[in-house]
Amino acid sequence: MTLAIAIPAGQAEARNAWWRHVSSRTAIYAFLTLFALLYLLPLFVVIANSFRPLPEITRYGLIWWPQHLRLGAWAEAWSSTCVAGTCAGVQRNFYNSLLMTVPATVISTLLGALNGYILSKWRFRGSEVLFACMTLGVFMPPQIALLPWAYILGTLSLTNSVAGLILIHVVQGISFATLFCRNYYVAIPDDLIKAARIDGAGFWRIFHRIILPLSPPILIVTVIWQFTGIWNDYIIGMAFTSGREQPITAVLVALATAGQQAAPFDVASSAVLIAALPPLLIYFIGGKYFVRGLTQGAIK
Amino acid sequence: MATLTIKGVHKRFGPVEVLKGIDIEARDGEFIALVGPSGCGKSTLLAMIAGLESVTSGQIFIDERLVNAVAPKDRDIAMVFQSYALYPTMTARQNITFGMESRGVPRKDQDEQVARVAGLLQIEPLLGRKPGQLSGGQRQRVAMGRALVRNPKLFLFDEPLSNLDAKLRVDMRAEIKKLHQRVGKTTIYVTHDQVEAMTLASRIAVMHQGSVQQFDIPKRVYAHPANMFVAGFMGSPSMNFLDGRLAARDGGALCVEIPLANGAVAALPLARPPASAPADGRVVLGIRPEHLYRYDAELKAKKPALARLTAPVELVEPTGAETVANLRIGDREVVGRFDPDGAPELGEQLDLGIDMTPACLFDPGSQKLIPDAA
Repeated sequence: MTLAIAIPAGQAEARNAWWRHVSSRTAIYAFLTLFALLYLLPLFVVIANSFRPLPEITRYGLIWWPQHLRLGAWAEAWSSTCVAGTCAGVQRNFYNSLLMTVPATVISTLLGALNGYILSKWRFRGSEVLFACMTLGVFMPPQIALLPWAYILGTLSLTNSVAGLILIHVVQGISFATLFCRNYYVAIPDDLIKAARIDGAGFWRIFHRIILPLSPPILIVTVIWQFTGIWNDYIIGMAFTSGREQPITAVLVALATAGQQAAPFDVASSAVLIAALPPLLIYFIGGKYFVRGLTQGAIK
Repeated sequence: MATLTIKGVHKRFGPVEVLKGIDIEARDGEFIALVGPSGCGKSTLLAMIAGLESVTSGQIFIDERLVNAVAPKDRDIAMVFQSYALYPTMTARQNITFGMESRGVPRKDQDEQVARVAGLLQIEPLLGRKPGQLSGGQRQRVAMGRALVRNPKLFLFDEPLSNLDAKLRVDMRAEIKKLHQRVGKTTIYVTHDQVEAMTLASRIAVMHQGSVQQFDIPKRVYAHPANMFVAGFMGSPSMNFLDGRLAARDGGALCVEIPLANGAVAALPLARPPASAPADGRVVLGIRPEHLYRYDAELKAKKPALARLTAPVELVEPTGAETVANLRIGDREVVGRFDPDGAPELGEQLDLGIDMTPACLFDPGSQKLIPDAA
């Protein structure tokens, strides 16, 4: 922290300026720390509760310092807790989420890149209208599409399956992915495409040799956005799958409202953290690239 | 043999007609410059020659072959862009070989061609670098290398020097000229800089608002501009235009009468009689700045067509090699280029000599050049 202040004339003035600076800094840091704590408190509570034995939680309440530590809740959450009809833990649902999110992210990102490439570099009559329609999907709340999707999944016999979830997320993810990629590709000079056409490159060659190598910033942004969005989605999983086919986010609700007995807060907390790990990991590894990708231009 | 013929080409973007009937031909090995202000259609015409834009009506022939419907890659052309358009994620070498790769040329031939072109442009040490690691001039040379390596029939340049700084522009201009002398390919060069057009081209097509105003060798475009637009566009500082009236002096010699500030009239005798005169005798006299001198008898002896009048000096701009001065004749400001020794001074009532031999007469209504009597 550098003290960058002008040097005033008198000693008293200098001391006053320094004091003002220190007190304003302190105030800012105190303010930020307070809000950081407020924001992180729920996370602390969940982490703490995942390591506390259930009797202690029931006795002292959810928000309390852990007095004893117990690691068993994590194993229970993963493989033995009873949820959605079976007592095999949430691991099946974790894999469902993974099986749903990874393909959906990859496919929707690639399709978005292709769409963005076409809409920005191979404009045709009506391409702007098409782009506007695709962008509408960005603003559309997923709840609107629940009934239409129910009909489609029923017709395709994809209800209660991970494949059905993948289909829904790919289609809904295309809007975002196309928007991001198209706006990024617009910044690539058209002269590059003209030069490539004169050089004899066609549609796919240009995409593969020129556009894709320039895409990492926006592809990373899209992948991170899609992954976290699809993984964290709750309503699609809740509405179209049940029991063993559900993604982990949908299953967590069932855990929290267990029914007759006291809700197993320790196991629930562990399950929540298990569900949150992949997006958190993506954020920690890729967060820097996310910001960089959003602010970077395509070409110098 | 590589000739280009453009016949009656029109181009329309929706309701807007951008090219209104272009007729140009380039003979084998010629360097044709398409010059004109922004928006005159020159880049569009170049894009149509390249096949990147369709032709609304008219025909384009490359080497007697109608190419209207032929794809750019099959026209046997190469293009150098204003922004160089180098592929940023590939090295200079890969940029140059990209086209050959697309056509499936064997690796050995590719390497040979790259070596040939790199030697010609002196870019051997740059081949392993990416465009981001090259300076503007180096990028331009790599872009030219990419075009050269195709060994095309036609070279197309789209304002290749506009992105360079002034000094580099002059150097690269000389390099392009030397390259053309060495390689001798038919070249179509688009620029808005008339100096580039004058220095590089064997023939210049001056364009304005979608049509060709004049298509001729540089000397004639400069000395006998077809109309006031060409006259004003070519040459810097621009040609001076003075409104006047044709009148006959005693002896029958025709002169142009220019009204001066104090109600007087200066009579400037014409060096050669015009072929025709407008009905009311009103003409526009065009004089280039370099044909204004400080009058003296010695000069008059050498240039018998030197007309004389007095004009106040309003602005003096010494550039070192010459001094540019703004003078007032009548209600017009006239620019002259003078020798720095004995240059006009600010506020001076200059004894001005105008060389009428190269002066041009224009019809004020049609703006066209009034040619000399045969």
